[in-house]
Amino acid sequence: MSQANIMDNEVDIVIGALHSDLTTFMNEWRPVFSRFHLIIVKDPDLSGEIQIPEGFNVDVYTRSDIDRVVGSSTSVLFSGYSCRYFGYLMSRKKYVISIDDDCIPAKDNEGSLVDIVAQHITNLTTPATPFFFNTLYDPYRKGADFVRGYPFSLREGVTCALSCGLWLNLADYDAPTQALKPELRNSRYVDAVLTVPVRAMLPLSGINIAFDRELVGPALIPALKLAGEGKFRWETMEDIWSGMCVKVISDHMGLGVKSGLPYVWRNERGNAIESLKKEWEGVKLMEEVVPFFQAVRLPQSAVTAEDCVVELAKTVKEQLGQSYPMFVRAAEAMVEWIKVWKAVRSG
Amino acid sequence: MAHPITPLSPPLKDELDIVIPTIRNLDFLEMWRPFLQPYHLIIVQDGDPAKVIKVPDGFDYELYNRNDVNRVLGPKASCISFKDSACRCFGFLVSKKKYIFTIDDDCFVAKDPSGKEINALAQHIQNLLTPSTPLFFNTLYDPYREGADFVRGYPFSLREGVSTAISHGLWLNIPDYDAPTQLVKPRERNTRYVDAVMTIPKGTLFPMCGMNLAFDRELIGPAMYFGLMGDGQPIGRYDDMWAGWCAKVICDHLNLGVKTGLPYIWHSKASNPFVNLKKEYKGIYWQEEIIPFFQSIVLSKECTTVQECYVELSKNVKEKLGSVDPYFQKLGDAMVTWIEAWEELNPPKEASAAAEPKSVKKEEPSPKSK
Repeated sequence: MSQANIMDNEVDIVIGALHSDLTTFMNEWRPVFSRFHLIIVKDPDLSGEIQIPEGFNVDVYTRSDIDRVVGSSTSVLFSGYSCRYFGYLMSRKKYVISIDDDCIPAKDNEGSLVDIVAQHITNLTTPATPFFFNTLYDPYRKGADFVRGYPFSLREGVTCALSCGLWLNLADYDAPTQALKPELRNSRYVDAVLTVPVRAMLPLSGINIAFDRELVGPALIPALKLAGEGKFRWETMEDIWSGMCVKVISDHMGLGVKSGLPYVWRNERGNAIESLKKEWEGVKLMEEVVPFFQAVRLPQSAVTAEDCVVELAKTVKEQLGQSYPMFVRAAEAMVEWIKVWKAVRSG
Repeated sequence: MAHPITPLSPPLKDELDIVIPTIRNLDFLEMWRPFLQPYHLIIVQDGDPAKVIKVPDGFDYELYNRNDVNRVLGPKASCISFKDSACRCFGFLVSKKKYIFTIDDDCFVAKDPSGKEINALAQHIQNLLTPSTPLFFNTLYDPYREGADFVRGYPFSLREGVSTAISHGLWLNIPDYDAPTQLVKPRERNTRYVDAVMTIPKGTLFPMCGMNLAFDRELIGPAMYFGLMGDGQPIGRYDDMWAGWCAKVICDHLNLGVKTGLPYIWHSKASNPFVNLKKEYKGIYWQEEIIPFFQSIVLSKECTTVQECYVELSKNVKEKLGSVDPYFQKLGDAMVTWIEAWEELNPPKEASAAAEPKSVKKEEPSPKSK
């Protein structure tokens, strides 16, 4: 039995639909996605019916489903880009792959279509090496290995819980950067996957990710909403916040996070300068958040991702909540999320 | 943007020395000529001092054999390894330049995927002259490279970066594997060109390979001691590793950056894995103690210079690793000797007018050309 067969029924592909017409999107991804089960969650604020072409094994969730499962008071957690988290909640599979609905498959340096599912699954099913940096990057890739000087006791690695992919064409830059350099496009295909070391923080981009839902599903949290949050990636921080949490939790649980391949091709959408005009709390926010995450330590008693989120929420409220009411709301949302996660799992 | 009509002078031409340890010959320099000829070379000749190492014509160089090392350092020469490429750090000691590029004599010019020859030195210089970002990982790697930038979510206050102290390059063809890996995979070649430079995050250690390395001597020089290896020592092939662990801990403490990735060189010779196994054998076991030592060491706030950090590190080495093997007592002492030699040969700039350094004159002992 090939690895591909084992994987098919262990994978869910979750798409948060911020556009109602997904025909082109789905057709572009057909060669890669058609084998798998898809979960599409429509942004509750989006009007109109979701349009998807034939030939996919797909479940679509809309506002009414969200209200039914979590209650209308909690459903606010899942608006905009955060609608995808409802998909994570509904999934029953071990691995979840999630991309934005404005991406299409990229081509690698040889001109072949990048199969993001295969690459993400490879990333998640080979060990990560967070305790020591391997200068030849992922040692488990064909043609690579651990280099001289890499301690042998660390060569077993740890389980990889999260795989962060990248983007060609329109990279995930913030609005000021893209506005300042409107011509800037990412054309560099870096043929590497690497483990982000323990205690190193990174900005998680929700545009192209995959994770082991059984291990860290609860740790990807729809908690942080900017007051001016909009429907463009430049106007949200939900994934950045989520990423800081999941990295701290992965580090605590002895799990790994990889970054690099696979690439998606990201299309033009929106206008960076327009997004700049919105009140841009995200920038100020990161300045507060970074020192907090650098220093936070979770207690030994927190062993599951759920425990970790609850502990983290306490600390967020106590420390960050002092200066910004937004973090108090985030902490409360984190607790709410875990309640909902547990309820759905047991129901 | 206007382009200059005359070629610009090679970058850092008068501020960079190229240090090459050798025991055989320097034929490999022929291939490097277009890129390296403008620069000054410091050749450290290991092994039999009676042998004459021929330097290709047209290169400006100074050459030191073992006799020169002994003459320059006197009793302190005991800290410089013999019969091991670790002796290269003698070149770092006697250099008077701000930057060092060190390369092995079996490393040739590599080609990038488009077939273009890679100017490794130019890339190293680019790496050293742009900031590092050790406090937060940028998923698009080096944000200062053309065509890249910081990604969304990267804190603005960290976008200034810190000074880059070390640029660690990689190798195509023969990868830098240890002996056990070489024995298991004798045919494996590194054919993957990864088009990235990245900063190694603060608090993370890495295996620093001395084959293709550049650093800012003024920022980190005293930490680039390659230890006691080779003849008369129980261990070999851990010289660059040792320097890398010490240097990284100190860089982290002093808020300096270490980059790894491009440039690639073409590594042509695979050393004998059985010989390597004998040299590395003890290191493989000792590493298991050494790594936790480096991972947990905290240098005191009072250490504000590299030398101070290094001396404190040496005390800790003797104290904490001394029980692993008496070798570490010797190594700790050698680390101190190295710093003493460094201070002597590199007095602070205000004192240099008055000081009478024992450093060798550039005209001795081997003739310079050009």
